[in-house]
Amino acid sequence: MAESRSPQPAPVEAWITGIGLATSLGEGPEAHWQALQAGTINVDETTFKPYVVHPLAPVSFDAQIPKKGDQRQMEAWQRIGTYAAGLALASAGIKGNADILARTDMIVAAGGGERDLTVDSGILNTEMQGNAAPGFLNERLMSDLRPTLFLAQLSNLLAGNIAIVHGVTGSSRTFMGEEAAGFDAARVALARIASGQSDIALIGAAHNGERKDLLMLYEFGHFALKAPFRPVWARGADSNSGFALGSGGVFLVVESKEHAEARGAKPFARLSAVVADHARRKSGGEVTATLERLWNRLGAGKAAAIITGATGAEPATAEEKAFLAAHAGTPVRATATRFGHLVEAQFPLGLALAALSLSRGELFAPNDPTGVEVASLTAPSQIVVVGTGHWRGEGMALVEAVR
Amino acid sequence: MTATRDTFGRPVVVVTGMGIVTSLGAGKDDNWARLVAGRSGIRTISRFPTDGLRTTMAGTVDFLKVEPFSSTDLSEKLADLAAEEAIAQAGIGAKGDFPGPLFLAVAPVEVEWPQREELARAVTRGAEITYDSLLEATAKGDYPHYHRRFLFGSVADALAETFGTKGSPISLSTACASGATAIQLGVEAIRRGETDAALCVGTDGSVNPEALIRFSLLSALSTQNDPPEAAVRPFAKNRDGFVMAEGAGALVLESLDAATARGAKILGVVTGCGELADSFHRTRSSPDGKPIIGCIRNALDDAGLAPEQIDYINAHGTGTPENDKMEYLGVSTVFGDHTTKIPVSSNKSMVGHTLSAAGAVEAVFSLLTLEHQRIPPTINYDVPDPAIPFDVVPNVARDARVTTVMSNSFGFGGQNATLILTGEPA
Repeated sequence: MAESRSPQPAPVEAWITGIGLATSLGEGPEAHWQALQAGTINVDETTFKPYVVHPLAPVSFDAQIPKKGDQRQMEAWQRIGTYAAGLALASAGIKGNADILARTDMIVAAGGGERDLTVDSGILNTEMQGNAAPGFLNERLMSDLRPTLFLAQLSNLLAGNIAIVHGVTGSSRTFMGEEAAGFDAARVALARIASGQSDIALIGAAHNGERKDLLMLYEFGHFALKAPFRPVWARGADSNSGFALGSGGVFLVVESKEHAEARGAKPFARLSAVVADHARRKSGGEVTATLERLWNRLGAGKAAAIITGATGAEPATAEEKAFLAAHAGTPVRATATRFGHLVEAQFPLGLALAALSLSRGELFAPNDPTGVEVASLTAPSQIVVVGTGHWRGEGMALVEAVR
Repeated sequence: MTATRDTFGRPVVVVTGMGIVTSLGAGKDDNWARLVAGRSGIRTISRFPTDGLRTTMAGTVDFLKVEPFSSTDLSEKLADLAAEEAIAQAGIGAKGDFPGPLFLAVAPVEVEWPQREELARAVTRGAEITYDSLLEATAKGDYPHYHRRFLFGSVADALAETFGTKGSPISLSTACASGATAIQLGVEAIRRGETDAALCVGTDGSVNPEALIRFSLLSALSTQNDPPEAAVRPFAKNRDGFVMAEGAGALVLESLDAATARGAKILGVVTGCGELADSFHRTRSSPDGKPIIGCIRNALDDAGLAPEQIDYINAHGTGTPENDKMEYLGVSTVFGDHTTKIPVSSNKSMVGHTLSAAGAVEAVFSLLTLEHQRIPPTINYDVPDPAIPFDVVPNVARDARVTTVMSNSFGFGGQNATLILTGEPA
């Protein structure tokens, strides 16, 4: 990036004041903390056999999406996200606060496109039997697609549903692009707050990993993990590399310190910096070098810990391991072992767990037989969140304790 | 001496390069000539069978060949052409080395029917086609190119490589406001001082059977198929829906400081951006018009302008009964008595609705309007709607003094974005 030459006013400090979490480990910060400390992993090796997924723990959508009509207008990924967004707003103490919500900026990282599998396979069966007249596809789609399915597939309609259900209307932007969408959402939201372009933002993402159409997309590249489940650091570069898709929604409320203090909100942590890059990955070592550059730009100190969204996809994860090896002594935790891969939501998940850890004054327990993760007894004052996209995108954030 | 900061002390953001592709053709010259001649790019669809469809026309870009067809491949080609034209005009950086980030408005990406059918053919003969058997065929097969192609970030990844943009490229969707949002993100990055330049592109190559049927099932499309060029009728009483179309628009944005320092020709200024989300309904605007009103006011405030200072509105003007009514309500509430004095025309009457690209395509047309001091018409305007008494520049282009243009974009999911563009730095 071109460096700025114009003298800028001192950046505004940004706090994470709300966390909304609904994943395979349950919902809410407390349940997540207990599950992490207990080493719980919720993995399903049979429903999508041979593929491994981390299914969403049961939640009562009614609690955050009271109108059944709204729920019916959404596919699972939108329901999960709208639910988690409601939890984040409640956590920040702004749920139902029309005045603040009307000027809350929203950046959602989204995929989309949940298919109607029955419609697809019905059409393909007829086509493959050679019975399809010209225009057959049109006729079947016209009669079989639910008119509102499109709205449940559109990427920006997670944000749209959050606006409708929770009244967040300051602005609404949806970033796409897998893992990178997650760190760019945080990066742009922070840049806007730091420069005074925005006071408060809702950022996050949702992912439904229990989808055969999505498994297909990643299996095209042979990235979908097949049973048996193994922790991400134990997957290695052999035939059992790759990621298990996970389900979950993660949202954060980020606001300027001044805005938070004026309304008496307490911070979980400070979001100090988010940086990202896009290595071409044409030759070995580019990812490692990019992560090292991002680390240097963050300026983390020796007391830092790392929470990474390392996917298990190769060669990206091997390159990330090389980066981590250069920082041996810094405690590491991988979200993919515990939650699976939430793609767009993986980086927001890292931010949420970093903020949670810092607010509790300890890093959660290691869960790794290979020795990459070791117990840490010192209270972290800084946590670096790392996101290495399975195919493209490198991102990093510095989250710090507010003392 | 021109001020390089605006009235709020922010860097002035200028346009130094523009590129455009629509159903009217490739490049600014052809597009502008045909646009001001009132030519329509809407035609009967020949890309796929239209048997059984209620709508059989679209603003397809048929002069770019994509075999086998995928909307994502076409979107990439369209964006490539537009970005190449914009960067060439700007004369910025070196080939494959654009000195700033990419903001790309692009339609959500998904595996499409030709590819799904290819997989189905790979399933063991006689076996039932289910997603399980498709997954088996996928696992046994060799389809890494489909992983690359159908990632949501795939078009931006390809553009970032071709043009050498810097940093993490952003793919975004705010539905039919996406093109305007891409420009807004670029403006904000330059105002923050993060970069001196940004490449902002909107692209859409979505005319495939399922995409058309999705909009058709929502009753959003015109069914006035014959003749196709008369289908889009913005602000007319006999309007009955929008027409899907393809295209791309690209802008090179720079800080005025940087553009001046390298002696670049300045094509226009992005003086203001506004947005506001609507929480009323997934596809309809709040009946009180407040979100659109607020969006327009936000853009005026951001530009530091009063409504009277706008002398042309490049309307969203899709030609759906609902949009055009709501756009009139929003504009007339903000502009009051001034409303009927401002020409308001819809490029979509000719190029159709380029969806994710529309905000960028229409920003390019707005800047060409400023350059040529000529307002493109709203064609197919034969039956005025008395409820929408805009001066729509009916059917024939008009020479006019234009210094400041407002361009509106609204989309499903409560998306509203407005840009304000001027010809020269103040």
